[in-house]
Amino acid sequence: MKRRLKVEETFFRVMMNLSTAFILLILGVIIYSVFEKGMKAISWEMLTSIPSGGYYYGKGGGILNAIVGSMTLAFGATILAFLIGLPVALYINVFLHGKKKLVNLIRFILDLIWGIPSIVYGAFGFTLMVLVGLQTSLLAGIITVTLFILPIMIRSMDEILRTVPAGLMEATYSLGSNKSELAFKIFTRQSVSGIITAVLLSFGRAIGDAASVLFTAGYTDNLPNSLMEPVATLPLSIFFQLSSPVPEVQERAYASALVLTVIILIVSLFSRGLGKRYHKTKINF
Amino acid sequence: MMETAIKINNLNVFAEKSQILKNINCEIPKNKITVILGPSGCGKTTLLKCMNRLTDLYPELKVSGEILINDKNVLDPDADIYKLRQSMGLLSQRPYPLPMTIYNNIAYALKLRGVKGNRKISLLVMDYLRQANLYEEVRKRLKEPASKLSIGQQQRLCLARGLAVNPEIILADEPTSALDPVSSRFIDEKFQEIKTNYTIVVVTHILRQARRIADHVIFMYLGEVIEQGPAAQFFENPREEQTRLYLDGMFN
Amino acid sequence: MYILNRQQRHVVNYSWMLISLSLVAFLPFLLFSVLYFKSFLLLRDFGLGQLIFSHSWHPSRGEFGFYPFIIGSIWVTLLAILISTPICLLTAINVTQYAKKRFLRIMHPVIDILAGIPSVVYGVWGILVIVPFISRYLGPWLGIKTMGYSILAAAFVLSIMIIPFILNIMIEIFKTIPMELKEAALSLGSTKWQMVKHVLLRKALPGIIAAVGFGLARAFGETMAVLMVVGNVVKVPTSVFDPGYTLPALIANNYGEVLSIPQYDSALMFAALLLLVVSLFFNLLMHFFISRYNKY
Repeated sequence: MKRRLKVEETFFRVMMNLSTAFILLILGVIIYSVFEKGMKAISWEMLTSIPSGGYYYGKGGGILNAIVGSMTLAFGATILAFLIGLPVALYINVFLHGKKKLVNLIRFILDLIWGIPSIVYGAFGFTLMVLVGLQTSLLAGIITVTLFILPIMIRSMDEILRTVPAGLMEATYSLGSNKSELAFKIFTRQSVSGIITAVLLSFGRAIGDAASVLFTAGYTDNLPNSLMEPVATLPLSIFFQLSSPVPEVQERAYASALVLTVIILIVSLFSRGLGKRYHKTKINF
Repeated sequence: MMETAIKINNLNVFAEKSQILKNINCEIPKNKITVILGPSGCGKTTLLKCMNRLTDLYPELKVSGEILINDKNVLDPDADIYKLRQSMGLLSQRPYPLPMTIYNNIAYALKLRGVKGNRKISLLVMDYLRQANLYEEVRKRLKEPASKLSIGQQQRLCLARGLAVNPEIILADEPTSALDPVSSRFIDEKFQEIKTNYTIVVVTHILRQARRIADHVIFMYLGEVIEQGPAAQFFENPREEQTRLYLDGMFN
Repeated sequence: MYILNRQQRHVVNYSWMLISLSLVAFLPFLLFSVLYFKSFLLLRDFGLGQLIFSHSWHPSRGEFGFYPFIIGSIWVTLLAILISTPICLLTAINVTQYAKKRFLRIMHPVIDILAGIPSVVYGVWGILVIVPFISRYLGPWLGIKTMGYSILAAAFVLSIMIIPFILNIMIEIFKTIPMELKEAALSLGSTKWQMVKHVLLRKALPGIIAAVGFGLARAFGETMAVLMVVGNVVKVPTSVFDPGYTLPALIANNYGEVLSIPQYDSALMFAALLLLVVSLFFNLLMHFFISRYNKY
């Protein structure tokens, strides 16, 4: 009997180690493949110039249009989502403090919209665009991506705002503060690192998603110069280059994938670093 | 005769399934230290929190009755609650410094009070820090975050902050229970020093502390006021049986 | 802002909050209504049953049967869950119960990075590594001729993509199992694995199911990576080595032709509506499941 148990134990330990090793290995393989293929094709010209006429068929140029386009779009969407999301998270935690039923209802709706696939937002955005008469543009892209990252932004901020202790609220009220001041001056300062993390997390999702910009932001070879014109994005740029029949262009797709991955890795590193830097004004209760 | 700072009439507080305060009628005398005394769970903290309506934070509590301060009823929904709260300072059991620099903790209170001008604020900040016996220890690091102070220093900072709103009344909820003996002593002595200018209400369950600092005592048990009166009379010659039992250590 | 006094600032802030809140609260209803409105014509002409169960997809002939796409989505998703769940479960147990504490600290950034890699890059990797692997090695080894672009490829890539989500939730769940419970089991003389099997897993079962549920929901809606490796052939798959087509891929690939064929836009919006409904349904299910679980 004991022997059977021992065999079982050993078997599962081996399986567990294999699984863990598998995950680490796969991450390594992914990073390696992207880096290896990407580094071969990357060049300064790629990073600093926009595509020339025949870029997708092998001629010169680069992906600057997509790099700047993605950054602009993600930036705009993140700011918009922040301006909508922060007040909502503050409202739930400060103004609705203690009103359990209402808070649970709102959190329930937030749970409901969490994880809706980005393509649904893309389809929705497309329909709205057609309804309003908007062409594929930076603006349409920003609005759609904003809606997509809104649940992520709000949930992350809500998580961190929930940890502010009631005692701090009492102390602030006793000084004669009103609710707005408590929310916008005290809660925000207490949760700075969490808010920064939420914003950066949302930015990372915004810049990497393709389905939400596919029908709404369009594509162009130019740098973004107006809200009403289509804009290029890195994910789509990668996709289009990959679909080219010319092998050279496909290689460039890998390089573009590398660029996108590096940007996201940097953002995620930043979110850890910046978060820690602003930790100093936070009070640990 | 004794002037009244706070008069409480028929105060009742209900929670979801129980009644926390039962028909409280009492008076807090002006410019004296009133100690609200009683065993844990008797409702004394709730009574204190009613006075500056912190009970608003807890919608599950139903509060009825009157709390009159300067002839205004605090519990009146139309009352200017922000102004009223500024006429009272709060010192909690655990210090809650604001998530700002040491300087700004006090400056924030001053700005809420309406003080303008950086020079004026600066001078007042130093003044209040001195009153809390904290200035010497922190003068070189006013721009550092308040979170870096020790618990005793944080509590003194909260005291300075509480004084900075220029209150008439100071509410203290077991202010020394988390502190070391030296800081505790400081708070007790400070209260006695400033009572001529402020009305001080201290909630505590430590009999010894009450004996040391109280001018007036309100004794509570299970949500009711059992006895209230001048400290000397309360401790030497208690009227109620329950008071006597408590003082003899039966309850604690 | 500073020209306004405190009361005015309060009013501005308060209105700002309420406006934002209304936008967020109405979002799910807005999404549903708009998509439903757009699909209405299609539903009226064909009826829900026929749309879902008909096999024939010929938009130019006015035939809109979504069955191949629905089945394709289901195959890919289920297979992905089948692959990733045991891996996540074993890893989560390993990392929280067996391995050294600092290993857990390594795991967190690994999970974060895996979760952060965008869909399109997973697709690129899929084309680079997985598709050739299937067509050149796995297929021939099993005696099957395949292009590599298949349900299996999509499922495999997808499984990696959802590993960070499922793993994260599982680790959180396992961390909340109280030490005392584990100690009690061990002090009865059981081996570590027995303790895990009989105590840990049993206690954490609702959480594990929730984790899998979330992974499922996420996998079902994934667009880009799947699109790039699944083959995009409209056909009800008969084996995992067959190419297939998923609902998100359908929408993404064809939106360009939406205006050239009548009712095509309704059809694609209907596909989006299906995805929305599945997603909302799952979220609702998980929400209630978790709130029942938390009652313990």
